[in-house]
Formats: sequence, C-alpha cells, structure tokens
Amino acid sequence: MEDRPLTLVARDLRKTFRRDTGEAVEALAGISLEVRKGALTALVGPDGAGKTTLLRLASGLVAPDSGSLEVVGLDVSAEPQAVQDRIGYMPQRFGLYEDLSVQENLDLYADLHGVTGARRAEIYPRLFEMTQLGRFKQRPAGKLSGGMKQKLGLACTLVRAPELLLLDEPTVGVDPLSRRELWEIVFKLIREDGLSVLVATSYLDEAERCAHAVLMHAGKILAEGPPAEITAKAEGCCFLVKGPQGLPARSLQARLFALPGIVDAVPEAGRVRVVRQPGQLDTALEIAGLSLDTEPVEPRFEDAFMMLFDSVAEERARVSHGTIVAGGSGPHGETVVEVHDLVRMFGDFTAVDHVSFSVRRGEVYGLLGPNGAGKSTTFRMLCGLLPATGGTLKVAGADLLRAGAKARARLGYVAQKFSLYGQLTVDENLEFFASAYGLRGSGKKDRIRALKNDFALENLSDLPSGQLPGGFKQRLALAAALLHEPDILFLDEATSGADPIARRQFWGRITALSEQGVTVIVTTHFMDEAEYCDRIIILDAGKNLAEGTPLEIRQQAAMSDETAPSMEEAFIAIVERERLKRTEKAA
Amino acid sequence: MLASLLRILTLIRKELLVILKDPKSRASLVVPPILQCLIFGYAATYDLNSVPYVLVDQDRSTASIALVAKLEGSGLFQRQGTFTQTEQAAPLLDAGRVMVIVVIGPRFERDLQAGAPAPVQVIADGRNSNTSGIAQGYASSIISDFAAARQAETGAKGAAVKVSTRAWFNPQLETRWSMVPSLIGTITMMMTMMLTAMSVAREREEGTFDQLLVAPFTPTEIMIGKAVPSMIVGITQASAILLVALFWFRIPFAGSVLTLYAGLALFLAAAIGFGLFLSSLAGNMQQAMILCFVFLMPFMLLSGLVSPTDNMPTALQYLTMINPLTYAIRITRTVYLEGGQFAELLPDMLALVVIAAVTMPIAAWMFKHRLN
Repeated sequence: MEDRPLTLVARDLRKTFRRDTGEAVEALAGISLEVRKGALTALVGPDGAGKTTLLRLASGLVAPDSGSLEVVGLDVSAEPQAVQDRIGYMPQRFGLYEDLSVQENLDLYADLHGVTGARRAEIYPRLFEMTQLGRFKQRPAGKLSGGMKQKLGLACTLVRAPELLLLDEPTVGVDPLSRRELWEIVFKLIREDGLSVLVATSYLDEAERCAHAVLMHAGKILAEGPPAEITAKAEGCCFLVKGPQGLPARSLQARLFALPGIVDAVPEAGRVRVVRQPGQLDTALEIAGLSLDTEPVEPRFEDAFMMLFDSVAEERARVSHGTIVAGGSGPHGETVVEVHDLVRMFGDFTAVDHVSFSVRRGEVYGLLGPNGAGKSTTFRMLCGLLPATGGTLKVAGADLLRAGAKARARLGYVAQKFSLYGQLTVDENLEFFASAYGLRGSGKKDRIRALKNDFALENLSDLPSGQLPGGFKQRLALAAALLHEPDILFLDEATSGADPIARRQFWGRITALSEQGVTVIVTTHFMDEAEYCDRIIILDAGKNLAEGTPLEIRQQAAMSDETAPSMEEAFIAIVERERLKRTEKAA
Repeated sequence: MLASLLRILTLIRKELLVILKDPKSRASLVVPPILQCLIFGYAATYDLNSVPYVLVDQDRSTASIALVAKLEGSGLFQRQGTFTQTEQAAPLLDAGRVMVIVVIGPRFERDLQAGAPAPVQVIADGRNSNTSGIAQGYASSIISDFAAARQAETGAKGAAVKVSTRAWFNPQLETRWSMVPSLIGTITMMMTMMLTAMSVAREREEGTFDQLLVAPFTPTEIMIGKAVPSMIVGITQASAILLVALFWFRIPFAGSVLTLYAGLALFLAAAIGFGLFLSSLAGNMQQAMILCFVFLMPFMLLSGLVSPTDNMPTALQYLTMINPLTYAIRITRTVYLEGGQFAELLPDMLALVVIAAVTMPIAAWMFKHRLN
C-alpha cells in the first residue's frame, strides 16, 4: 500500500465560504493529504467537516483560496478541464434525467464525455452486468428505487473509465442490500481495473473496509491511517453492558451516554456497547446506585472514531433524562396504533400486502425494509395522506384520513426530506408550525424557546432553513414536529444523511420522548438504529417478513449458526431468504 | 370557528412571508405587470401611423390631384411611386414594399362632375389582412370625406365615389383606450393563476404540503389560505395597472372605483379558483407551469380581448362563458370607459361567483383525495 504511486496530493488547502447572512464558514482549514493509486481511501467525519468541499476541489469545480492540489499528476487550478477528463465525480445527488430511460441516461453521459462506438460496445455490457440494471434499460430513471438510481449514477460516472473516482456519500438513502451491491461494484473495479477511489461517507462500516481512512473535523485532518491501525486506538476501552431487568436498552444507553468518562454508548442486541475514556477504566460503571455487569469486547472502527472525536468535540449536547419509570409505558401500555390486514394497490401493483401490527403507548417501533418495500406507503396511510385499498388502521383510535383536525393534532410527522419552508428562517418556520397547531401568545414563545435551546438552534434563528447544514435541518424538522407535544411521532428516514454523532443525539431525544410516554414509529436504513427500537417489523415487496424485538430478529436470522449476526447481517439474511423462497415458488 | 380563523390567518401570514420575503420575488410581482401593461399599451394597437402606397392615376385631372393631396395631407400615406397602369404597381405590393395601391379610374373627374359614381380602387395586401384592412379603411374614409366635401361644393347629388369598405372606421379612435383597461384583467389573471398554481406545486414538491395535510388544517382552510394571499397580490397588481392607465396613458376613468374593485375581486376569486384547480391536478412545478400555459392561451383568445366573442363559432361562444376573463374584460371596459353601473353588470358578476363556487370546492376536495 505505502509504496503505491500517488494519484492526489494536497498541500495546505484552505477554502472559506460566505453564507447569505454574511457569516464566513471555514470549510477547509489547511488540509494536506495523499491518496494512493489503485486503492480505496475514505473521508469520514461529521457534517460540516469539509468532506464535500475537498471532493469538489479535487474535481476542479471549486478553486481553493490557497494551497496546492495535484490530481492524476496535474495541477487542478491550472488545468481543471484536463483533470475532469480523467476523473469521475459522483456528487451526493447525481444529475440523472428522471424522464429519460436508464439506457438514454447512459447514452447521454457517454455522448457528453465523447465515448463512442467501439468503446461503448465494450463498456456497456460490463456496466449493465455489474449494476444488474440490464433488465431495466427501458425504465425511466425517475421510476427506479433509491439504490438503483445510485447504481445508474455510478454507471454514468464510469462510462469513460476514469483513473480516479470521487464518490460523495454514495449510499445515503440506500437500503442495506443495495448498499452492499454498490460496494461490490466499487471493490470489483479496484481489484480488476486498479481504479483509485476517494469516498466521503457517514457509514463507518464502509470506512472500515477501505485501505486508508482519513478522519476530518472542522476542516482539518484529525487522524489518518489504515482502519485497523485507527481501530487499535480503542483497544481495551470497549465493553458490553447489561442493564437491570425490564429497562429498554435505549434507556440504559441514554443514561450511560450522559455519564462522564463515557465516549460512546450504542444499544446492541439488548445490551449496550460502551466506549470509555482510557483514563477512566478503573471506576465501576453504575447508574442510580446500581453497578452494572460489563464484558470487554474487541473494538470496531466506529468505537475508535467516536473516541477520536470525543477528544476534540465541544461540549456534547446532553439530553436530560428523568428517573427510570418502570412499567406504565413500553410494552405494557395501551395500544395506540393498530394496523390490521392493510393493503394498498397502485394499479395492479401491490405496494402493501396484508400487513398487520400494533404499537403500544411509549413504544419505539421500527419499520425496516429495502427501498420499495412499502414502508413509506404504510407510513403515508398511517398519517392519513393516502387512502388504504383494504384493511383497517387506527391511530389513537381514529382513521386519520377521515378523522378531524383534533385527532391529527395528536401526531407529529417528520417527512423523509425534512419538509420545511426553505425561504423562511428557523424562527419563522417554528412560528408557523406552532400556530398551525394552535399555540398562541406566551405559551408559544416559551415552547419555541425551549425547543431551540434543546436542539441548539439559538444561534441560527435568522438563517433561512434552506441554508442550514443537513444535520441542523433534521433538528429543525424534529423540533417543528414536537412543538405541540404530540402523543405519537412518525419519523420517515429522519436520520438519512446524518452523521454518527448527530444520529446519537437524535436517538437520545427519541429515548427521552418515549420515556415520557410518546409513541414513536420510525423507518430507517441504518440497521444499527433498529437496536434502539422495542420492536421492529421487516417488510419486503409489501409483505411482513419478520416482527419482534431486535434480539429476536437476530436470533431468527442466525438459525443454526452460533455467532449472533449484526442487525444488518440479520436483515440481509431474512430478506434474501424470503426472496429465494419466492423465486423457488415461482419456478 | 375562531380556531379555524386563526389557522387560516397563520396560513396567510406564512404564504405572504414566502411570497414577499425575497426582494427579488417581491419586485417580480409588480414590475412585470407594469412592463407588460406598457408594452401591450404601445405595441398592441391597431392604429397605423404610416402607410406606404403607390398611386395609379389613370385620370391625371385636377380632381385626382386634389384627392391625392387630401390622401397624403393626412400624414398617413407615403407615396412610393406613381404609375399609369395597375400592372406596373403590382410588383411593389407583391414584394411587400407597399401596403396599398390606390387606383384612380380614367373617368374620375368626369364622373364626379356628372354626379355619377366615380370609381376609385383601393387594392390591399391580403397576406396581412389585419393591417391592410385598416389601411384600406383609412384610404376609403379619406376618399369618402373628399367626395362628400366635393359634393357639398358642387351641390351635385347622388352617390359620389364608389368605395365603401369600412367607411365607418374612425381614424381618431385609439385602440389603446379599449386595450389598456382590458389588461387589468388579462395581466392579473396570468400572474395570479401562475402564482397560485406554482405555490401549491412547490409545496407538493418540497413535501411541505403533506405537512399541512397532517397538521390540523382542513382542506378548506388550506384552500382559503392559498387563495387570499393570491387575491391580495392580484388586487395590488390590478391597482398598479390601473394607475398606469390613468396617469401614463391618460385614459379617462368614467365609472365607479367601487364597482370596478367589486368586479375585480370576484374575477380574481374565479381566476384563483382555476389556478387552485390546476394545481390540484399537477404533481410538480413543471406540470403546474405547463397546465397554466395550456389554459391561459385559450382564456386570452376566447375572452374578447383581441377579437369580439360574438364573431366566434357557437361552440366556442359556450367556452367563453366559463372563462372568467370574458367577464372581467366586459366589466373593466364597461366601468372604465362607459361608466357602467353595478346593476347592469350583475349578470357578469354572478357568472364569476358561479365559476369560483365551482372551482374552489373542487380544488379543496382534490387536495385531500388526489392519489399519487
């Protein structure tokens, strides 16, 4: 690895942007970096670390304020076009023409890059084979699932066989199966063609598989090296903690996370995985006077990542948690959401196929499934945005499609895209949603102030919400949905595109809400987030494949195999097993 | 009831904020209507200021010379050549270098003196029927004037000159007078329909519309919350155009301001109803834009703005009846130019109420029941 030639050399790169409010944002504060040929290099870091800016500089789309940048042996500032001719850049939202077919999109990008005749005949079959898009050549790109769109975007980028591939969060909003397939393509290209790849990602398991990881924070490089080397920094600091009987893993997680000396805590198979600061290992872990059983475990890349960030992060946004309430809520409460035999057809396509489940007060319930499994359709029906074709559904005792305004006032909804009024400021958005739910006067003011404080939005009051960084948009959307203190919260992929740190803060809030008796229903593509749920349901092709606690789902997937798979492996195993059954039945 | 009213006010406040926040979008609501009004006012006029023509004078008499002097003395007709045979002049007309050929017959003076119909032929370029028709009309009326004056002088009786196409046309009448007041309705309809349709489509695209449907708003409240801000914008634009008509074009206002605004408010309600209805059909901004264009063009053509609705085939006349712009143009012209009273415009006002009462509830219903 270390002796491979370099494909990208950056020396002291700096770049500052100016927001509309006039505020200067330093995206890159002196980055020096070397990327080697024929290998995968990953840029990881929280939102606003400067990952995207670095990729845009490397692709010659933006010029640096100072510093030098050499890509494929050329000075990017001097010869941006020459560099662009030899690299491939796939931005977060790749510009597919939604009304054109898969084939037409590919032809268009081939034309744009001057790839003709013989070369096309050579590369097209290979691209179609790798992406498995051959069956969908005539389908409009807009009708593809999120995963297939990304694969098509990748195919369009690869059409002229670049020397260096720049990928910006290629798997955001992509389900675990498609994510795995996408990475198989990338690794195949590295292996067989010696392609160099520089990827920015928020998925730390993706970074774990790269040859060289670069951890960025606030426009600077925090650490870099082979992932194993970075992971080793957390050696001896990682433990699995078992909580008292009856306490949900997320409640234990939230309390452990708030303890001093704790770098990270995430729920895992009913227990909590904890990373402790190296200097604090001697003290026993205890909550509310109870000492907890701990079992040392091998570190993961994510553990080391959190450890490195803990050392530089400002005051962690702590979410206050009340005393642990036993019973009354959780699986013992009354049923608030009841779905029975739900069916939704679009023409002769069955999007939701006889799905039944129920959720009790204070439960956190997860809807998981690949893109196009029917999660969002189920969600829209629950929220009363789409009529059901068959079956019954009750939310807080009412069918929201027919229920009056009063029933709807009891629920909060965060849509996939964090639907806010982009032109309006943070304050104006909050004001609007507060008034929409009937809050007035000083009550409204207090509630808005409290939420802005909770979500650390005070300093952004006058910024148009459209200009907020991704993580803050999500916070604002959640704050807007919580203004009226709803009993039931619907969150549709609310953490899509959020970094690991933002996701932990988000789940800390969800845990606090569920302890107050709020029922939460979520969809997510992050399988590790399923561990925060009391129960999850896995859907594929509109059908219910499995339902139960995260531990039960893992056991169900493991079958005879003894090693407990990760949630992600369990998910993939269950979906693939069912798909295999279906094709066998069809054959 | 009060809660509902407060929710509507919340929606209106939000909508106005979204529309008016950005200085650019604020300017785009007032500047284009005024510009359009000025451009239409100057460009869309049927009055001709200059008519190039050729003269074929087969008579070469005092009378014919006097007629030509009268023609050219009007300042409208510029002679591009003089011939004795029509065939000689024809190529100039074919080439488009002149609009009209005026042929004075060989016995013009004699016939005139004898009191027999004196032949004058006005040949116009039929390829541009509108303009040449007007030029022909000008020529005819000047010749008729000439003949009448001549008749009075000589005391001769009977028909003097045998040209009579569009003799009624009055060169003093400015098209602008009837055009500019009609623009009050036309331009505000274009702007408000687009604004309404696009604002709903944008919310659909950005997902905020779902957020509204999930919140305790009823579809009717959302509908009113969208209609009122557009109405405010529409009334502002109409006032701006009215001011341009009054103080820039100096077209005297004959009627009651109150009647005019009552008519405008009803018209805007109907136009916005259409916009809301179109927006409920569209899934995104592009579709909303295309739908607006598809409807706006026929609305303008079938409104009596450019050609009188009475001349249209019966089937199209029925279509003009569901077109809010038909009534708006009738109302503005009647009130502005003729000083028409509320009572005589009642049928038009009621028609607008009916259009709004049909389109708005459909739109509100579609908000909720539109299937994706």
